[in-house]
Amino acid sequence: MTELKLPSIDYAALAPTLIMLGAALLGVLVEAFVTRRHRHLTQLTLALLAVLAALTMVVLNADDRLITIGGAIAVDGPALFLQGAILVLAAIALLLIGERTVERGGAFVAQAAVTAESDDDRRQAEGSNGATEVYPLTTFAIGGMLIFVAANDLLTMFIALEVFSLPLYLLCALARRRRLLSQEAALKYFMLGAYASAFFLFGVALVYGFTAGMPGRPAGVDFATVNAAVTESPASPVLLFAGMAMLSIGLLFKAAAAPFHVWTPDVYQGAPTPVTGFMAACTKVAAFGALLRVFHVGFEGARWDFTPVLGVVAVLTMLVGAVLAVTQTDIKRLLAYSSIANAGYLLVGVLAPSAEGISGTMFYLVAYGFSVLAAFAVVTLVRDADGEATHLSRWAGLGRHSPFYAAVFTLILLAFAGIPLTSGFTSKFAVFGPALDGGQAWLVIAGVLTSMVLAFPYLRVVVMMWLSEPGDSTPTVTVPGGLTSAALMIGVAATLVLGVAPAPLLNLAAGAAEFVR
Amino acid sequence: MSDFPFLSVLTVAPLVGALVVVLLPRTRPELAKQVAFGWSLLVLALSVVMWVTWQTGGDRFQFRESYPWIPNWGVNFTFAADGIALVMLMLIAVLVPLVILASWHDADKPSGAPTATDRQPGANRQEGPARAGILASSRRSVPVYFALLLVLECTMIGVFAAADVFLFYVFFEVMLVPMYFLIGSYGGHQRQYAAVKFFLYSLVGGLFMLAAVIGLWVVGGKTFDWQALSQVDISTGTERWLFLGFFLAFAIKAPFFPFHTWLPDAGGAAPAGAAALLVGVLDKVGTFGILRYCLPLFPDAAKQFAPWALALGVIGIVYAALLAVGQNDLKRLVSYTSIAHFGFIGVGIFAFTTQAGTGAVLYMVNHGLATGLLFLVVGMLIARRGSALISDFGGAGKLVPVLAGVLFFAGLASLALPGTAPFISEFLVLIGTFTVNKPVAVIATLGIILAAAYVLWMVQRTTQGTLNPALTEVDGMRRDLNLREKVVVAPLIVLLVLLGFYPKPVTDVINPAVQATMQDIDRTDPAPSVGTVQEASR
Repeated sequence: MTELKLPSIDYAALAPTLIMLGAALLGVLVEAFVTRRHRHLTQLTLALLAVLAALTMVVLNADDRLITIGGAIAVDGPALFLQGAILVLAAIALLLIGERTVERGGAFVAQAAVTAESDDDRRQAEGSNGATEVYPLTTFAIGGMLIFVAANDLLTMFIALEVFSLPLYLLCALARRRRLLSQEAALKYFMLGAYASAFFLFGVALVYGFTAGMPGRPAGVDFATVNAAVTESPASPVLLFAGMAMLSIGLLFKAAAAPFHVWTPDVYQGAPTPVTGFMAACTKVAAFGALLRVFHVGFEGARWDFTPVLGVVAVLTMLVGAVLAVTQTDIKRLLAYSSIANAGYLLVGVLAPSAEGISGTMFYLVAYGFSVLAAFAVVTLVRDADGEATHLSRWAGLGRHSPFYAAVFTLILLAFAGIPLTSGFTSKFAVFGPALDGGQAWLVIAGVLTSMVLAFPYLRVVVMMWLSEPGDSTPTVTVPGGLTSAALMIGVAATLVLGVAPAPLLNLAAGAAEFVR
Repeated sequence: MSDFPFLSVLTVAPLVGALVVVLLPRTRPELAKQVAFGWSLLVLALSVVMWVTWQTGGDRFQFRESYPWIPNWGVNFTFAADGIALVMLMLIAVLVPLVILASWHDADKPSGAPTATDRQPGANRQEGPARAGILASSRRSVPVYFALLLVLECTMIGVFAAADVFLFYVFFEVMLVPMYFLIGSYGGHQRQYAAVKFFLYSLVGGLFMLAAVIGLWVVGGKTFDWQALSQVDISTGTERWLFLGFFLAFAIKAPFFPFHTWLPDAGGAAPAGAAALLVGVLDKVGTFGILRYCLPLFPDAAKQFAPWALALGVIGIVYAALLAVGQNDLKRLVSYTSIAHFGFIGVGIFAFTTQAGTGAVLYMVNHGLATGLLFLVVGMLIARRGSALISDFGGAGKLVPVLAGVLFFAGLASLALPGTAPFISEFLVLIGTFTVNKPVAVIATLGIILAAAYVLWMVQRTTQGTLNPALTEVDGMRRDLNLREKVVVAPLIVLLVLLGFYPKPVTDVINPAVQATMQDIDRTDPAPSVGTVQEASR
């Protein structure tokens, strides 16, 4: 019997992930041992402290460039940058999740097991405190994302995928109001997500098979082996292409790229709005972080093979997102389609074959995350007696009733439309520039053309808010509690700052654009 | 003194003013107006100092200043003005205070008069007449209106003062936002439709330009500095695409036929003051952009596409003039006359002679003054009558003789009567074009005849002839120009006459810049036919 040798583990480098997962486990215990009255505050504090601690560790680790636990985790520039981004955005999302003054009891259902639409359900909707399980679930999801962007082999990546997906499926089902819609969304997300995960896993198997054809080197699914196999292996590339395609399907599903985007509008609409914001910001970062690593490290040698295919996916994604956004009448669905289109722009950045492309994509992810969280924060505030008023016609004349929030939302929409002096413009430049530099002019032209289409729905909302007369049914904007205000202000401030003075973050991203292999 | 950072201060000053105006107590709208007016006078004073400091015959670009902004992309806050930019800056500085003064009561009362478009069937209406009652009751913030005007001034100054392509693009796009709200929130009927159309048209052009800007940045070695970029040699194929990207944006902005359809809507719906700025200054960004960016940066492509641009210009002159004749809405009529004038400017630019080029730039200034005046006067007329329809007037001169006289003068200036400033510019454009391209010059001359037709007919139908009895029942029509309005029109009239007789101070500033631009075009191709004619015409 051979002695099992433990791989060396760099605990400091892994600290952010460990902190998040530990906090999640602690959160489960809090559920069991802390009295109901104190649970909410304890959980929120615990989650926020964990995020802050993890962020501190990321900052302390900023200069790490290493691979640890037997090659499973790579702590390098992109991993650290993206982990930091996920943590910052997650902190803002946690503020939204923790808000309990906008709606009595918070945005989450008190007992998910109560039958929807029953009398019990109506009672809980009227003001029972929301379930506090959302905090451990969110913390688990964050922990999974941290691993996802740092995974150095495909199996670790798969496990991380599941770790952050499963809590998200659950979170989607926990809306306090319109619960059927919420449960439908969760089921849809879960079924399709499971399907996509299966594709991913099958892809891993095929790639493993491909690497086995390399003489003098053991087969494996770590990126170094995959990278070497892509360039050196004499095996037929069919396995590689099939594997690459299936892996991409799994990842593009999470990234909400067409034609794997169909879940997005339904899930974004049905999920509790803070969770939607969390998904739109953090899941995007995680998914694109993984895409960057897979295609810039693992399959780098097959660039000429995957670029046309992924390019077509990018163009399709931009088109679908932009065109369908025009027809939307629900603000959350509109933002969902806008998020799909943004996935297309991000793919343009992923396909730019340079370090600038990587840093541009990372910059885009952060900038977009801030804006989209702020956007959903505003959505949580516009409400009437039945909860959030998401139908666009209800937003008519909002500018008259609540000029401040209408102005804030206008700024965010202008950012989405890519007007200069907002982060939307700088981030578009950050991905289009390297893409054009890398000879992908067609992607840039597609991006510019779809931006024109996409400007229309944004503008329509602006017109609704400012230029339409308020009707009787125009809802009022609830005065937000401190948490939502903080989230909103951070998001808006970041949207402006990254538009006016993007240089510091660009520098940070540029310095972190080198993967370790 | 020339070390003073004129351009950046000039750009930032109105923005600060806008902030001050917004922060003033809401209960005192009059104070907001006074502060806004005072602030715009301050900007005017500063630009006058700049004009005096300008060294005629000195460097092509003066007042250059540069601060780093986004070093990762080679973006700098680089400001510099050539003669063309300088005269445009002066135009802005002169127009904005007058517009503020003219719009003194524009934001007080609920949005304006029904316009002809509301009565046209099928014109994508968003608000029926039934909603007029609701509209009338809506209250609008007075300070915000004047703050928006100042923000607009900031972006307009920035766009002319920028010498960094990225910075130029930023101002070019951001300019849309205040204008969008000026039209959309304070305009007349169909303002929603007009505002969205204006925004989308400009944004589409802007995004094409964005693609070209990024392309230029890539081929130009990752710099946005205008002077560095003008030295870059670009392969012909790339140059053509980049030229088209820029040209499309400018052609929509200017607007040239066939990208002009947004202007009558926007001009018709905008409040008169904003319309004067829109047509008087904002649209000049298009022609200025062609002179500053399309020609010097892409000289070969510019020469290749010049025949097409000339054709568009000529079609615009005739087509828009014909449409102007047929308009029954005063503001839309003025908008169409402007499209015809932009045709002249386009012809002047793409004739590639110094004479025509100087004429075109002079035209940009004179047109800003003349059409600005025309829009403001028409706005005063409309405000009195409560209607923009020409058929609602008739014989107005008997009630408001001074106003009618000013309208007549503005009309004459706009049809380029000798003795008014536009005559000189139109004449220069025509002579300059005639020496190189006779057919174009001949057809363009038709525009002058048509201009006489639409202006004189408009003046006749509104102010002369028998008095429309309905007019006497309107209270407003019994008031002739008050002191405030006289103060608004007087400087413009004086300038138009002065520059009509003695344009030398302006042409002296413009001429070297235009000559330099023409040299830029010939730089890579030393002996084209254009050059020889240019020599001959000197």
